[in-house]
Amino acid sequence: MSFSSSATHFVQTSGERASLLLATLRRLPAVFERRRLIADAMCSLGLNMTPVVLFVGLFMGMIVSLQTGIELSRIGQQDQIGLIVAVSMAREMGPFITATILAATAGSSIAAELGTMSVSDELAALEVMSIDKLRLLVLPRVVALAIMCPMLTVLCDGIGILGGGLVASSQLNVGWDLYSETAMDSLRPVGGWFGLPFDVFAGLLKSFVFGIIISTLSCAEGLRAKGGALGVGHATRAAVRDSIILVIIANYMISQMLYDL
Amino acid sequence: MDESTEPPSAAASDVPVIRFDDLHKSFGKQHVLAGLNLDVERGKTLAIMGASGSGKSVTLRHIIGLMKPDSGRVLVEGVEVAKMTREQLSEMRKGMGYVFQDGALINWLSIGENVALPLRENTNLSDKEIRERAQHKLELVHVPDAWNKMPSEISGGMRKRIGIARALITDPDIILYDEPNAGLDPEIARSINATIRHLADTLEVTSIVVEHRIECIRVVADEVLFLHEGKSLIQTATADFFASQHPRLLRFFGQDSLPPSANPHS
Repeated sequence: MSFSSSATHFVQTSGERASLLLATLRRLPAVFERRRLIADAMCSLGLNMTPVVLFVGLFMGMIVSLQTGIELSRIGQQDQIGLIVAVSMAREMGPFITATILAATAGSSIAAELGTMSVSDELAALEVMSIDKLRLLVLPRVVALAIMCPMLTVLCDGIGILGGGLVASSQLNVGWDLYSETAMDSLRPVGGWFGLPFDVFAGLLKSFVFGIIISTLSCAEGLRAKGGALGVGHATRAAVRDSIILVIIANYMISQMLYDL
Repeated sequence: MDESTEPPSAAASDVPVIRFDDLHKSFGKQHVLAGLNLDVERGKTLAIMGASGSGKSVTLRHIIGLMKPDSGRVLVEGVEVAKMTREQLSEMRKGMGYVFQDGALINWLSIGENVALPLRENTNLSDKEIRERAQHKLELVHVPDAWNKMPSEISGGMRKRIGIARALITDPDIILYDEPNAGLDPEIARSINATIRHLADTLEVTSIVVEHRIECIRVVADEVLFLHEGKSLIQTATADFFASQHPRLLRFFGQDSLPPSANPHS
């Protein structure tokens, strides 16, 4: 594919995704009447991923604690492990890990589901029945992930901090009391909305945006899938790949906006 | 506004319900429709025949606005489909039913909810009334006990029937069938054909059936149109079609003469 056609493709798909998001936001007043579909999507796309998020979050906290703990103990600062684990989980690791897991699981599931509907004429059937597919299919998924991504992030943060504490107390000779005290102290400053600690608020804001990015991109790729099973495969791959890339870019931009002013 | 985009008037009952006017459609270098003209009169069933890839399904998709022509016009009730606003197109579609080749049922909804879906999404009817209407349509296509089944649990023939029931749920004036016999054994195909004929006779809907099985055409069609090289080779009454000795038709059916006309309803 030449550079110009790649650039054209990039602009076209970006435009499609942006217009899908805007069209979905215009349908937000229909959220209440879609509550059952939203609840179903929250369960299938978010709640079912809880064990994975907890498992990965636990080990990420343990890894952060171990890696930083080894270095800090060399300079006699291992009592700061709680602070580092808590802040890094709340600011970065929790939202990003959760988003990556959701992109790989929920994102691929959305793209495959809508892609299969597209190639099997189910979307065309909705169109000929004058049924608004954005209200029926896209809105519930976007709202569900926008809610579930922050909720899972809270769990990921919590279990990650817990995992860090386990490593700190068992392998780095940092007492549990000291670890939990420094961790809680680091999260204490209130500066975010709703009285939340600023770092927790920043992480939740990120994960809210990540949820919207993953669901919108995955819906867009699924809706435009063509060409049978191969097309569904392409859509799924593009949804996961582009979601993760855009999550990373959005992560940087939100961090810049929140911490650099 | 162009004259052809005005809503139909009372005098419109004289004009064909569906009219194709010199329609052209290409996909890349492949010219699928190359000047297609056709008329469908109110209450009649037109069968469209033709070789694979001759543009039969493309023709149907133009009628319901899923495709736009490269040139030429498709008029439904005297209104040009390509010039309709989104709202006009939506209203027109509510008066039409479209039966897809494999039913195109929504896989995560039960059979009953598939049939009820257009009413749930587009009307304010009560749940009770929607269920009653959907159940009535299921009975009309002879699958009264299918409500709670899922699309993955039913046979191809049943999917077709459910697709027909869903197309009927809004009591449309026009029904479009895309190869209703495709992939079915002769016994189920006969049953589907009888259902289509029964609906045409009892509900007096205007129908277009895309099909290349002679057995189906005999039973369901009032008129037959044969697509050849993107144009209408012939559009005539079913009996006349089967009496035709056109060389292209003889070649298509692979015999010296066409099968004898046996249109039981004519």
